[in-house]
Amino acid sequence: MGRYVARRLLQMIPVFIGTTLLIFLMVNVLPGDPVRALWGDKPPDPAQVAQIKHDRGLDLPLWEQYLHYMKGLFQGDFGNTIAGNRPILDEITQAFPVSMRLAVMAWTFELVVGITLGVFAGIRRGRIVDNTVTIFTLLVISVPIFVVGLLFQLYMGNEWQWITPTVQDSEDMGQLVVPALVLGMVGLAYVARLTRTSIAENRSSDYIRTAVAKGLPRKRIVTRHLLRNSLIPVVTYLGTDIGTLMGGAVITEGIFNVTGVGNLLFTSLARREGAVIVGIVTVLVLVYLLASLLVDLLYAVLDPRIRYA
Amino acid sequence: MRGAKSAKWVAIAGVVALTATACGGGDDKKSSGKVDPKGIVSYANGEPQNALQPSNTMEAYGSVVIDALFTGLVHYDKQGNITYENAESVTPDKANKVWTVKLKPGWKFHNGEPVTAKSYVDAWNWAADPANGQQNSSWYRDIVGYDKVHPEKGKAKAKAMSGLKVVDENTFTITLNSGIPYYAYKLVYKPFFPLPSAALKDPKKYGEAPVGNGPYKFKSWQHKKSIQVTAWSGYKGKDKPKNGGINFKAYTTPNAAYQDLRSDNVDTMPLIPDSELANYKNDFGDRAITEDFSALNTINPAFYTKQWKDIDVKVIQGLSMAIDRETIAKTTFYGTRKAASGWVARGVKGYKADACGEYCKFDPKKAKQFVKDGGGVPGNKISIQYNADQPHKGWVTAVCNDIQKNLGVKCVGDPVTDFQADTEIRDQKKVKSIYRSGWVLDYPFNGNFLGDLYGTGVDGNKGGFSDKKFDELVKKADNAKTIEESADLYNQAEAELKNSFPGIPLWYNTTNSAYSNNVKNVEFDQAGDPILSEVEVFEK
Repeated sequence: MGRYVARRLLQMIPVFIGTTLLIFLMVNVLPGDPVRALWGDKPPDPAQVAQIKHDRGLDLPLWEQYLHYMKGLFQGDFGNTIAGNRPILDEITQAFPVSMRLAVMAWTFELVVGITLGVFAGIRRGRIVDNTVTIFTLLVISVPIFVVGLLFQLYMGNEWQWITPTVQDSEDMGQLVVPALVLGMVGLAYVARLTRTSIAENRSSDYIRTAVAKGLPRKRIVTRHLLRNSLIPVVTYLGTDIGTLMGGAVITEGIFNVTGVGNLLFTSLARREGAVIVGIVTVLVLVYLLASLLVDLLYAVLDPRIRYA
Repeated sequence: MRGAKSAKWVAIAGVVALTATACGGGDDKKSSGKVDPKGIVSYANGEPQNALQPSNTMEAYGSVVIDALFTGLVHYDKQGNITYENAESVTPDKANKVWTVKLKPGWKFHNGEPVTAKSYVDAWNWAADPANGQQNSSWYRDIVGYDKVHPEKGKAKAKAMSGLKVVDENTFTITLNSGIPYYAYKLVYKPFFPLPSAALKDPKKYGEAPVGNGPYKFKSWQHKKSIQVTAWSGYKGKDKPKNGGINFKAYTTPNAAYQDLRSDNVDTMPLIPDSELANYKNDFGDRAITEDFSALNTINPAFYTKQWKDIDVKVIQGLSMAIDRETIAKTTFYGTRKAASGWVARGVKGYKADACGEYCKFDPKKAKQFVKDGGGVPGNKISIQYNADQPHKGWVTAVCNDIQKNLGVKCVGDPVTDFQADTEIRDQKKVKSIYRSGWVLDYPFNGNFLGDLYGTGVDGNKGGFSDKKFDELVKKADNAKTIEESADLYNQAEAELKNSFPGIPLWYNTTNSAYSNNVKNVEFDQAGDPILSEVEVFEK
């Protein structure tokens, strides 16, 4: 087990270097000069452009820029933004906690509501509960997330005035509840469907029949035997989803004006802030890698037949 | 071109709409109708790109904050005439070369330091030095000695521009390389604001917490959340705030701000998002605002291409006449733009309607004849380059339809991913056929739309246009004795453009906005900036 974890952690190093390098190169081949872009429509000042490029190290050859960047990264220095010359670390440490809160709330929502719905539907397959859940999840999956977001905003915010249409303070958990609901909606549908299928399938398996024959209480059968064995696909999904929720909330964050990672990533791309993009992606890659490691370890907990060496 | 203000490129991005309207008081459902002089106005803004230094601020988000915190020497009124603010007078010598600035005495910065001639001269010298990285520094380029402080390449060779001289506490002179009759207009722009001496010693600190001499005093800046300023009791200017302060709220998209505006969570915003242009008048009723905004949209042939190099001007005139501006303004833009009739936008000094005359009027028959007489469009095909990250596709398609239908010339849009990529192609002179262009006033003087854009070889001339006659007229206008004379001469220069057609004028922009139930008296000036000191807040 310990060796397995160590091996996985070591594997992260090449993945980490590979992704940063790839992103770094990709951002650099995008057309458009971020320094020139500071002047917008108006003609730039060549002396000032040269000065800014020199300050940010953008006048060096590409490989040297990358080495510089990596060197800084290992010392915890993400560099400075091109526009405004602010430390990128500040931008990242401001955005991540916001996205983290949003993601954790959405994720908990998916987990609790999704699994509950899935279990009920799976146990009562073909009955009204099951049909309702199936139709509901189908609906959620087929409606694009921005539609859900805008509808929530329109009704809860503008029509009924339950909430302010946008988040006034991104650090306030209470205000993030509605965006988190929207964000978790699609995931919830998938979790419910995965759980349902898995439960329905396992319900007719031998070990459940045995448990029922033994006369075990129904509650115990469902939670200890049925659910535990049915959770593996769900856990896989939930594990990778945490990363998606953190970095992929661009649309939801945009609608509700949440200043999280998605938003930062989007504006940085529009402004060609290469260093910021690489910085965010670096952290996201780490989140993904750790989450998938955790998922793999959880398999063994859920199903003792799985062992790691 | 001589300077480059800029900015509201963020704003022009969004874009715009139509006629001036009066905006009556709000229909105050919730409020008592009484005005609270201490009430705070909230304004939908975004995170400024740079630290809050006047000489380093170009884009709209930073500009509006700087304008609240600082007051410059001069400003302008709705007709584009100069008004004196911190300056008592700004007077040129006979050749318009040496300008004497006299300050109103007794003005102070928010920290108590008196505003003197030195506050201006030192700030400008500091900002001109490339080592201090101030984006607007090229605005000083008309001043003698600028090239020493700010060489094309390398470090500064001098610390101060020799053209700036402090005469006494409240007087200084600006000596220019050559006479410019309308130089006072340039002094409106932010790099010509004063700075307190401490700001030059610790620019970083003051960039985060600026100290100015304007109607509002800086209170706090929570990055990406809000910037708060409060009305300053020691203010000596005419535009004393009628409210207690402003909360500049940071929004990441105009759509989010719009939703907050609808439910009174923010009091006003600079630009209604395009997706709401069709609805906003319904949503806000008499709280909707439409005001003239001095910006012009054109499509310009790239004169460096084979297609347009030796073109007969009749072809371009023909293309221009084939476009039904009125109809497109009404349909594609929901009436939020006005058909253009010249190369100078409305609301600036020297604006004259119909400079383009018949060539900007829709006349498909004549258009066809003109193109035929001019020898036709080479290749019988044009493309219009635009940036796809802003909503240009609709009108480009409409313009192309007109050209195709009325002239039989194949016309297609040439989308480029985003604004950055689009500018790069234009800067490098790699446009294939025609490109879309927009210009927001730097200062409200017609010369800014003419000499700075279409003079041979000037920076703003991206299409490689050149017309000797026009250049001569510009030179004459620049050597005029007075502002009025210069504006008249620029009118002549504009009239000459009819015969060489550097670009096809399409529409004038307007500012489209609205305000909440909490406030009244919200107006925007011709540069699209809100006049925040005039806004009144209702008692809650």
